Order: sequence, then structure tokens, then C-alpha cells
Amino acid sequence: MFEWEKKTILKKIVINIPILLLLISVLNEFDFNYLELKIFSFNFPFILIFYWSLKKSEVLGYGYVFIAGLINDVVVGFPLGISSFCYLLICGFASYLRHITLRPNLLKDWIFFLFTISVINSLMYSLLVLFFSFELDYYKLLLNLFFTFLLYVLFGYFFGIYHRLVFGRMNV
Amino acid sequence: METSRDDFVIAVRSVFLKRNNKQRFSLIGLIFFSILLLILGSFNYPIINYTKIVIKEIVYRASFIVSGPENFVKNSYSNIESHFKLYDESTNNKKKLQELKSQKLKNDFILYENIRLKKIIDVYLIGSKEIVAKVLIDKQSPFLKSVVLSKGSKNKIKLGMAVLDNNYLVGKIVEVNYLTSRALLLSDLNSKIPVNIEPGGIQSILSGTGSNNGIIQYFKEDEDIEDGKVIYTSGSGGIFKEGIPIGKIYSEEIEITNGKKNNNQKVAFFSNFSQLRFVKIVSFSKDIN
Repeated sequence: MFEWEKKTILKKIVINIPILLLLISVLNEFDFNYLELKIFSFNFPFILIFYWSLKKSEVLGYGYVFIAGLINDVVVGFPLGISSFCYLLICGFASYLRHITLRPNLLKDWIFFLFTISVINSLMYSLLVLFFSFELDYYKLLLNLFFTFLLYVLFGYFFGIYHRLVFGRMNV
Repeated sequence: METSRDDFVIAVRSVFLKRNNKQRFSLIGLIFFSILLLILGSFNYPIINYTKIVIKEIVYRASFIVSGPENFVKNSYSNIESHFKLYDESTNNKKKLQELKSQKLKNDFILYENIRLKKIIDVYLIGSKEIVAKVLIDKQSPFLKSVVLSKGSKNKIKLGMAVLDNNYLVGKIVEVNYLTSRALLLSDLNSKIPVNIEPGGIQSILSGTGSNNGIIQYFKEDEDIEDGKVIYTSGSGGIFKEGIPIGKIYSEEIEITNGKKNNNQKVAFFSNFSQLRFVKIVSFSKDIN
């Protein structure tokens, strides 16, 4: 009985790894500050949300994405609600791509990811600058966007392995 | 053409309006709720403020716990790095210590003389109250450079209080919760501090750059600001007391058009903002003596 319960808990944890990763990443912000890499930064939640909304949307519930956005706002110091708004829009974009795609292709996903994060980031920065009087370093933000775009393939590869191991072959 | 437009509309409708069987919430509903939160957040209602404070307290504590493993790696990395540099640092420190000892004697004399002279001309002396706080979250994202501290309104922390690392200014309090507070670092783009550049007594504004340095803004072009000059708080605006050391001026060579090079002056802060663990939160008041 105990063994069976233990297995169930473990199974639940393994299935919910994307949610756990999302919550840990917004609470912790992988920043690599201590390495003193001046230009390197990337937005891990963007990659994670886009990938899972595209490949298996039921893994990441919209409610969790919304809460993750609120946590991110508090940790980073943004107005409450702005990250949730952006994260949910990413879910929308990914979901749209899923609806219109018949044959999934990594390159197409990647290009659409670039389009999505460009639109979302532009929207987010416009809101921050125009309505909340934030000053932002656009050069750094552009680099952040670029690295996020580049790392999508790498993380996509790892998520793909996890997907095959836990959920079996991808349908879409 | 019409068909592709229809397809687009159908796809958008099914994404945003139809609730997926395996999703508890509708996407459009949550998007509207986020917008509502954003709008409500900009109003200064007590209920909204209390809700925000509760969310922040919970998230800050959770973030501190979750950051544990990363902080362990970070601390181990800096410990190993400092071990490698230990011999060189020790040799340099011995030399500096000798210089500083003689300098301190001179400074002590000037300090006592200054207090005596201020009393003679009947000027207020500024007293300060210090509260030591732990840095709970040190997330210097590309967007904001700020730290979350372990003291809040319970410990009489107020907005605008100065945050010091040893005796160097590192930022000011911009958000106060019951048990925690947030300090905006001097390196943040939104940070603007009135400063004095010494020697010369040039008054100016120090602004963050979003990197680990600052720039001097709003001074006359004919003013001579050489490398090595020290930046202190000016006390203008009554935010901080006068004379808190901040950093030093240095030049950075940047390439402008046609291969021409130009010297860009910046401020190197005395304190390393990525290594803050404990800071002093200080309020200054005028003592009438």
C-alpha cells in the first residue's frame, strides 16, 4: 500500500515537472550573476510556456501560468499583472500555432517563437515605459530576446526527451 | 483570400474563446483578469495595497527558500574565486593598510575640527539610526536592479531610507511591506541621486546605467571632471545626509563613427552590488546640540 502511494506521488511529481520548473524559475530567476557575464541573460519562462503550450497544453494549466506571472512580477518588481498578461498571451500564440499546424516542424516553431517573443516583449516594454514610467536598457533587452530565441532549440531538445519518456511519442 | 481570413478568425476564436476540456480557466478570462489587476494596481486603495503586501510577503519568503541552492552555488563560486586571489590581495592589503593608518590619523583630526567648527557656527549635526537587514533576494534582472531586504514597516523602515554596504551608499528603499522591503540599487536606470564630486565640490546627479556602474548627469560642460574624483551624496533634496561615499570616476574608451574613439566617463561604485548579503538601512535626523 505504502509502496503504491509512494509510486503515485513520484509519478505526480514527474508529470508536473514543467509546472515545478516554471514556478522555481520565476521564484529563483536563473540569472548567472555570479559568473559576471555582462551580456548574457535569457527568459526561461517564455521558452517553457511556449514549448508546453504548443506541444502539450494540458501539462501547463493557464491558472498556473497566471500565478507564475504574478510571482515573477513580485520578484522582479514589476506592476502586478503584467507578466501574467504576457505569459497568457504566449499561451495564446502557441495555441494558435498548434491549431493551424498540420505537420509540426522545429524550424517553423522556432521562427514563430521569435515572432511571439518579439511581439510580447515589445508590448510589455511599451506598457512599462508608457504607463508605468520605467526606464529600460533596450540594448540589454534585445540581447535577452536574442538569447531566449537561441536557447529555445536547446531547451526544446531536452523537453522533447522528457516528453517522450513521460508522455510517449508526440502527436502534434 | 476570404477563406484564409475565415481560418484565422476560427483559429483565434477557438484559442481565446473556447475553453479547452483540460483547462480549468478560460484564456481570455485570465487575460482580462491580468489587465484588471494592472489597472487596479495603479490605484492607491488600502484593500489593494494590503493584498499586494500579503502577496509580496509570501512570494519573497518563498523566493528566499527556493533561491537556497542557487545561493549555495553562488557563495561557493565566490569563495573559491577569493581563495585563488588570496595571496595577491593580502600583499596589496598590507601596503594599503599602512597608507590608510596614516590617512586615518589625518582624517580623525579633520573630523573633530569639523564638528567643533559646526558647533561654533551653530549648524545642525545629523544623527543616524541604523538597522541591519539581510538581503533576501538579489535578482538583478536586465529590467530592474533591486534587492529585497528582511526588514519592513514592523522594524520602522520607511520609504526613501538610505541603504549602505559598510559605509558606502548602495541604494534607497522604494517599497515597504510589513516584514520585508525593496531597495532600488544605484545602478538601476531609474535611480537618480544628487551628488557632490570631490575635490571641486561640483554638484550633479548620479544616474544608474542598468549595468554595474553609473553616469554623471546634468553638469556644465566646462566643468573639469577628471578620473579618480570621488562621488559623495550632496544632501540636496533632504533624502540623504551629505558626504556618504558612493564611488569613483573612471573613463571608458568607446568607439564612435569612422573609427574615432571617445572617452566616456562613468562611476565605479565602491560596493559590489552582486555580493550584498547584509546591509544597513539608515535614517538621518537633525540633532539640535
